[in-house]
Amino acid sequence: MLGISKRFGPVQANADVNLTVASGTVHGIVGENGAGKSTLMSVLYGFYTCDSGSIKVNGKAATIRNAHEAIALGIGMVHQHFMLVDTLSALENVMLGAEPHVLLHKAEALVRSRLTELMASTGLKVALDALVGDLSVGDRQRLEILKALYRGARILILDEPTAVLTPQETEQLFGVLALLREQGTTILLITHKLKEVMRLCDSVTVMRAGRVVAEVAIADATIENLAEAMVGRKVQMGRVGDTDKAPGEVLMRASGVHVKDAMGVVRLHGLDIALRAGEIVGVAGVSGNGQSELLEVLSGLLAPGSGSLAVGGREFAAGAWIDPRTARALGVAHVPEDRHERAMVMSFAAWESAVLGYEWLPQYCRGGWMNHVHMHKATVDMMERFDVRPRDAQLQSASFSGGNQQKLVLARELGQSPKVLLVGQPTRGVDIGAIEFIYSQLRAMRDAGCAVLVVSSELDEILALSDRVIVMNQGHVSGELPIAECNEHTLGMLMIGGGSAKGAQAPRAQPAAAARQGTGT
Amino acid sequence: MTSHQPLPRWADLVVLPIVNLAVALLAAGFMVWLVGQNPLEVITVLVHGAFGTQRGLSYTLYYATTFVFTGLAVAVAFHGGLFNIGGEGQAILGGLGTGLVALWLAASLPAWLMLPLMLLVGALFGMVWAAVPAYLQAYRGSHVVITTIMFNFLASSLLVYLLVNHLKVPGNMSVESASFAASAKLPSMHTFMQWLGVEWPNSPLNTSVFLALLAAVGVYFLLWHTRLGYDLRATGSSARAAEYAGINPKHQVIFAMGVSGALAGMVGMNEIAGVNGRLMLEYVSGAGFTGIAVSLMGRSHPFGIVLASILFGALFQGGAEVSFEVRGFSRDMVVMLQGFIVLFSGAMAYVLAPAVAWAVGLVRGGASTAKGAAHG
Repeated sequence: MLGISKRFGPVQANADVNLTVASGTVHGIVGENGAGKSTLMSVLYGFYTCDSGSIKVNGKAATIRNAHEAIALGIGMVHQHFMLVDTLSALENVMLGAEPHVLLHKAEALVRSRLTELMASTGLKVALDALVGDLSVGDRQRLEILKALYRGARILILDEPTAVLTPQETEQLFGVLALLREQGTTILLITHKLKEVMRLCDSVTVMRAGRVVAEVAIADATIENLAEAMVGRKVQMGRVGDTDKAPGEVLMRASGVHVKDAMGVVRLHGLDIALRAGEIVGVAGVSGNGQSELLEVLSGLLAPGSGSLAVGGREFAAGAWIDPRTARALGVAHVPEDRHERAMVMSFAAWESAVLGYEWLPQYCRGGWMNHVHMHKATVDMMERFDVRPRDAQLQSASFSGGNQQKLVLARELGQSPKVLLVGQPTRGVDIGAIEFIYSQLRAMRDAGCAVLVVSSELDEILALSDRVIVMNQGHVSGELPIAECNEHTLGMLMIGGGSAKGAQAPRAQPAAAARQGTGT
Repeated sequence: MTSHQPLPRWADLVVLPIVNLAVALLAAGFMVWLVGQNPLEVITVLVHGAFGTQRGLSYTLYYATTFVFTGLAVAVAFHGGLFNIGGEGQAILGGLGTGLVALWLAASLPAWLMLPLMLLVGALFGMVWAAVPAYLQAYRGSHVVITTIMFNFLASSLLVYLLVNHLKVPGNMSVESASFAASAKLPSMHTFMQWLGVEWPNSPLNTSVFLALLAAVGVYFLLWHTRLGYDLRATGSSARAAEYAGINPKHQVIFAMGVSGALAGMVGMNEIAGVNGRLMLEYVSGAGFTGIAVSLMGRSHPFGIVLASILFGALFQGGAEVSFEVRGFSRDMVVMLQGFIVLFSGAMAYVLAPAVAWAVGLVRGGASTAKGAAHG
């Protein structure tokens, strides 16, 4: 791709971008949200036409006006949000729009035999007759890759492929991608996880503000210099600012919490947890092992079947569980895992979302009337303190980037000086620059004497933030370790249920031998 | 993937509806021309019939009054994330409540007590009629669209039953109750203007038109300036976010439907207390459904709803004029025109948005270039 430029109204999404990818390699494209990665790939895949510039595929100039022309040139794309029909089977999804025969059963047989070959040669295994709606996220992604390969893709674009995957699924995916590379497929990997780039890619292009700021072979790259190129300044990614103070009194204690979901599956098995002032407790675990339920129980969104909770001098029993409003009144702030679904009302203006959950506070609401002036002022204030961009309180919540939404949510939740702070996936979908900022804010809360609970599916995050780590497996606490005894290996073992006892007695943990990785990388 | 720019708010609220309306009129004009009539003549008669005379205007506003109530009802439920199709039934119940309390007490109470009481009871009846489907939705998961439709049928059956078996005056052929005592009659615009010393023709238009305006202003403040409205809109946009904020979505469903039903119930003040002065059949006659179109066209905003109500009122009144004046032009043609308006401003509201955005961009682009040049 040569000299690609694309402008949307006042926004120059791509400015004179050159991208050269050698055949049969994995090429990473990294950059923060809004750096122009996705636009560039959309130009390549024919969603947009560029304002200027040209594309050459296999040395020949090509015009790509739509996805069909891209596919004809052997370019396949796996989107971040899958393009599959849930109510059709895996096989039918591959066939859709590329039926090789007018008679459906003949077409199916043809597709099936071709797919079976493909699955055997690439190791991408998917149950072809299962409905897509019943497949796991990892399966769907494999299906998307199969679909692209079936259509003859020799150049495969993957947009943030690991954002939705568990660490295990990520491992599998990387195995497959490595195999595909050996078989001569060219892979373009869009991501902002630098560790993945270092693991898999042969070369990497760094984009910032629509421009290419670096293009290096992976041998010459380090995570630090890539991060610096992405953000435009030095970033501190790893563990910093350890506190030397011992944790204080217990501010929240839940005991014997037992949760059964609507399907009758037990999500939490009599869990005990205590949060202390001035301590960040990290909850690690493969997602779906009860971490989400734990957050919901502690914040009052979910009433457990049995158990008790002590917070702010009050006791709650299972029958009369704390509700979210009482929780906030008692100084429990909650940054939910699911930002889009819970943390904001996406159709509200920022200044309305910025008081969500606190709209009853006397400064916002008096005698039932909302004080718009005050809400505005408070929002502008939050945006100033947490550097939310653009600084426009009138803008719709949905129009902010993920990182800026998260900063606004944090500003709101930290704004009332909570005693207990519950945070789910603090940096999911957030840029490196913002991650650094969010980490520093969480540490500042801890240093101010707040009890912080961080649930994260990213081990790096747990290692960078926590003072104490709880590992969950199938609704149990499978291990509880001070940070000094944690590394990826010990936590990984506990996450898959390799440890059973708590704390230092954990028989399989190898505390002393595991020198902590200072940078968390 | 769509890449066109979002419309600025003013264009979305003003320009787009006008463009949609114009397209609907053009399409309807084409149909009129197809059946061999002169579209220009029809539109002239229609506009003149609706706005040209004080009498015509009165009828237009009288129809609009009812549409404001039912339109607001749909809008409030809509902001709460609910589609209330039951405006018809809730309006019937509202009229019933208004009428029953009038029949019962009007002989012994003065007007200043009677009229507010009728309003209250009418709204209460409408509220209760909406609260039952709301409860079923919130706590039993029965979809409110289905249950409110069923409640429309129940309401009309209930009205017929009560009128035929209990309220009908014995010996009278028509199915209607006795007339209310004078204290239960809402002053007509004719009377009201007389008090002010202004000549105004006799028409069904009555002082409930002011009540409708008050209701519109009230709904605006409720939705956008009170915590109740904040909670309601939060629930309507994202029930899970509301839950996170400590708002109980179930309560909000009941609240939204309750307010919605009460608004629909106020139709009784116009039709029963304002015009007929007695209970009868068919005093809602589809206004509950027209309310859906009104709310759609008014973008669920009280101001838009008032404008849309006047438009639909004009179509009703002007349409009736046209079918009188223009030979061979039936009322059904007017229904067709309404259909086109609903089609273009409801179902296809955003089909023309890219074109409007392009035009707005063109105008703005020109403006900003000029500005840039001035600064440079």
